[in-house]
Amino acid sequence: MYKIVKKRELNPLTSLMEVYAPRMASSSKPGQFLIVRAHDKGERIPLTICDYDSDAGTVTIVTQVVGASSRQICHLDEGDHFTDFVGPLGEPSEFIHKTAEELSKMSFLFIAGGLGTAPVYPQVKFLSSMGAKVDVIIGAKNREMLIFEKEMQSVCNKLYICTDDGSYGKKGLVTDLMKEILERERYDHLVAIGPMIMMKFVTLTAKPFNIPLTVSLNTLMVDGTGMCGACRVSVAGKTRFACVEGPEFNAYDVDFEEAMRRQGMYKSIEVEKDHHCKIGLDHNKRAAQ
Amino acid sequence: MRNKIPRVPVREQDPLVRATNYDEVSYGYNTEEALLESSRCLGCKNPRCVTACPVNINIPAFIAEIENRDFHKAAEIIARDSSLPSVCGRVCPQESQCEGACILSVKGEAVAIGKLERFVGDWSRENGVKFTDKAPLNGKKVAIIGSGPAGLACATDLAKLGYDITIFEALHEPGGVLQYGIPEFRLPKERVVKNEIDNVKALGVKLETNVVVGRTVTIDNLMDKEGFSAIFVGSGAGLPKFMNIPGENLNGVVSANEFLTRNNLMRAYDSNYDTPIYVGKRVAVVGGGNVAMDAARSALRLGADVTVVYRRTEKELPARVEEVHHAKEEGIEFRMLTNPVEVLGDEKGWVRGLRCIKMELGEPDDSGRRSPVPIKGSDFDIETDVVIMSLGTSPNPLLSSTTPGLDVNRWNCIVADDDGRTTREGVFAGGDAVTGAATVILAMGAGRKAAAAIDLYLREN
Ligand SMILES: Cc1cc2nc3c(=O)[nH]c(=O)nc-3n(C[C@H](O)[C@H](O)[C@H](O)COP(=O)(O)OP(=O)(O)OC[C@H]3O[C@@H](n4cnc5c(N)ncnc54)[C@H](O)[C@@H]3O)c2cc1C
Ligand SMILES: Cc1cc2nc3c(=O)[nH]c(=O)nc-3n(C[C@H](O)[C@H](O)[C@H](O)COP(=O)(O)OP(=O)(O)OC[C@H]3O[C@@H](n4cnc5c(N)ncnc54)[C@H](O)[C@@H]3O)c2cc1C
Ligand code: SF4
Ligand code: SF4
Ligand code: FES
Repeated sequence: MYKIVKKRELNPLTSLMEVYAPRMASSSKPGQFLIVRAHDKGERIPLTICDYDSDAGTVTIVTQVVGASSRQICHLDEGDHFTDFVGPLGEPSEFIHKTAEELSKMSFLFIAGGLGTAPVYPQVKFLSSMGAKVDVIIGAKNREMLIFEKEMQSVCNKLYICTDDGSYGKKGLVTDLMKEILERERYDHLVAIGPMIMMKFVTLTAKPFNIPLTVSLNTLMVDGTGMCGACRVSVAGKTRFACVEGPEFNAYDVDFEEAMRRQGMYKSIEVEKDHHCKIGLDHNKRAAQ
Repeated sequence: MRNKIPRVPVREQDPLVRATNYDEVSYGYNTEEALLESSRCLGCKNPRCVTACPVNINIPAFIAEIENRDFHKAAEIIARDSSLPSVCGRVCPQESQCEGACILSVKGEAVAIGKLERFVGDWSRENGVKFTDKAPLNGKKVAIIGSGPAGLACATDLAKLGYDITIFEALHEPGGVLQYGIPEFRLPKERVVKNEIDNVKALGVKLETNVVVGRTVTIDNLMDKEGFSAIFVGSGAGLPKFMNIPGENLNGVVSANEFLTRNNLMRAYDSNYDTPIYVGKRVAVVGGGNVAMDAARSALRLGADVTVVYRRTEKELPARVEEVHHAKEEGIEFRMLTNPVEVLGDEKGWVRGLRCIKMELGEPDDSGRRSPVPIKGSDFDIETDVVIMSLGTSPNPLLSSTTPGLDVNRWNCIVADDDGRTTREGVFAGGDAVTGAATVILAMGAGRKAAAAIDLYLREN
């Protein structure tokens, strides 16, 4: 069992949790993820490692409610336990293999969509600490759904914010803002993390600028150790397992259409399950609607 | 003079009933049946069955104790060589091992060694018999990576010798393939697998689940920082193969490992569990091994019409005879000499069919098997909603790629000698991780040999 030592609600649909998992805390690197099970009949749910503190032995996760299992996770409170909590999984971001000397000469632009802001955070933090120049764009639906603004502010160089409805920052999509910035500023590397559809359009927008772009693919997963192939994606025409060879890939090589289609494989079954699940949970805890 | 009766048949669930449930297919022998069957063994002086058992269980001795009605003694004899009798009695390919060599099989039917072993294992469980005799702790720590049959067997032997053992398992439940691969209706999880693992724990073996060695902790750290003097790697061969044909990433194409893991480890067949599984109305399973049979029979139980597609003939099916027989009884269709060339999809990207080509057997290849060759122009389509690829597995490169000095061959199998010594000092390996996908009992045999080698190594160092 893995204890939730701290919980903070970032908005009505999103919770941040610090979980006591000392082995994982001391081996995590930017770009990696973990798998949790909320209870002994639960699904294995992949979540990005959003921060880690090897002294305190804790790992931070940020979960957004999209269906039954993410709702169960968000319903857990401080002091509660995850039945299972395993990781770090996946390959760390490529840049961790570079020296501080190399990184200090580089400039990065991160494009974070919605919840993707949380997984972007440890990467920005790491790069900044190595002396790189890191700018960040956060795109959110509206002001309420914007997360990690303060945290990001404290670790990045320039922070740009846009919302779909204009309730905060610039009104519009991340791709518009990104295009505007790329037309006047030069970066060595771009990183985009967010919903699959956003990463697809960021990739299309970035292409003419000829700058390397990395994306983190949130495919379906079961084991997360390379045993099942549920996470397979086509990258440069080859089948790759996102859980062990990814989750980060060169964006220009990713078949996003296939990746989005495969993400929906269990959609109809899940919707039905979630329906049942809500009925059961509503009365005992505040429904995260 | 021994009993000249025919082999005692084992009672089984009716095929039409069991096709709709997940309960165990075979009931196993009751006491009377076991006593009767035990009376068939000749108690050979040079028992061929023992040589053919990869862990050399003293078969005539334990069978004689069954006949004497001393089941406790029978259990004790088996326990000297195997910690998983209820498992092996159920899933060993006995026809090609112990029973295949039994002298009675020359002229008639072999003694039902597997069913008798299962009887003893189940009797021990039902009567709470455990064998926990062990040497006092000697102060040396050994880490075992992977809780499949290889790791469990190695842990058992070393614990009995007084070593302080910790097993590290990547998944949330121990057992390896016994847990995630072999279905409930062949190998009950709570009753059999969990119980035999509890017996290993009763020897003082510690088990840490949710530790992916190579990611959560490295072999270097275990040895340098956590004080383990030797390591045994029993990480199996879990990486599924695909065919690399068009359409393989359509929605509805899954590996047998995914399908079985959802069903077994995650219990997707049980609506009290959250993990979803998609079966559709028709399922095509590609392949002919035990894994293919397990996937096919699981899909059948979830309500699908199931066809197994295999490129050679029935004679070459690598699955156990008993499994193929059970699958046919339950109503699974077999299409032999048939090989998929493309998975067909609908406009939304879901599977609608499997394009296949007919095959014929050509000249024997190096292995002596006649290899199948496609018959030109014989393409035809099978309508199906789901395709389960069951083409075999290979070892996962995760451990070898994160452990300097641990060599693998070109199939990613860890290089190790007969006693499990790898190219890295203090690191031993065995089971599917070394041989590629094989059997439960071969993995256990390898785990035991490595345990002996580890003991020797730690006495010398
Ligand atoms: C490497 C990786 C890192 C991730 N990091 C985070 C994270 O830090 N925080 C977080 O909240 N979520 C993260 N996710 C996504 C998270 O795993 C899914 O949201 C979760 O599995 C959905 O489960 P559910 O039962 O709540 O929803 P379901 O009922 O399974 O699905 C509800 C809806 O979400 C879609 N969906 C299902 N699985 C995914 C998925 N993997 N990605 C995107 N959409 C999906 C479905 O198609 C469906 O429309 C990550 C996924 C991966 C693979
Ligand atoms: C569906 C199926 C049906 C089968 N049917 C039969 C049968 O009827 N009879 C028979 O004899 N054999 C059968 N087999 C084969 C048999 O199960 C295997 O040969 C045997 O389990 C191999 O044992 P093992 O201990 O080497 O590996 P496994 O059983 O594969 O166990 C390896 C364990 O190591 C863990 N692991 C892997 N990497 C790491 C890591 N980095 N860190 C921590 N843990 C790790 C895995 O999660 C797993 O639990 C079947 C196999 C399958 C897949
Ligand atoms: S372990 Fe397997 S091979 Fe050995 S006697 Fe038992 S059933 Fe036969
Ligand atoms: S070979 Fe057959 S008859 Fe002889 S001891 Fe073994 S089981 Fe008994
Ligand atoms: S999640 Fe199973 S192989 Fe990637």
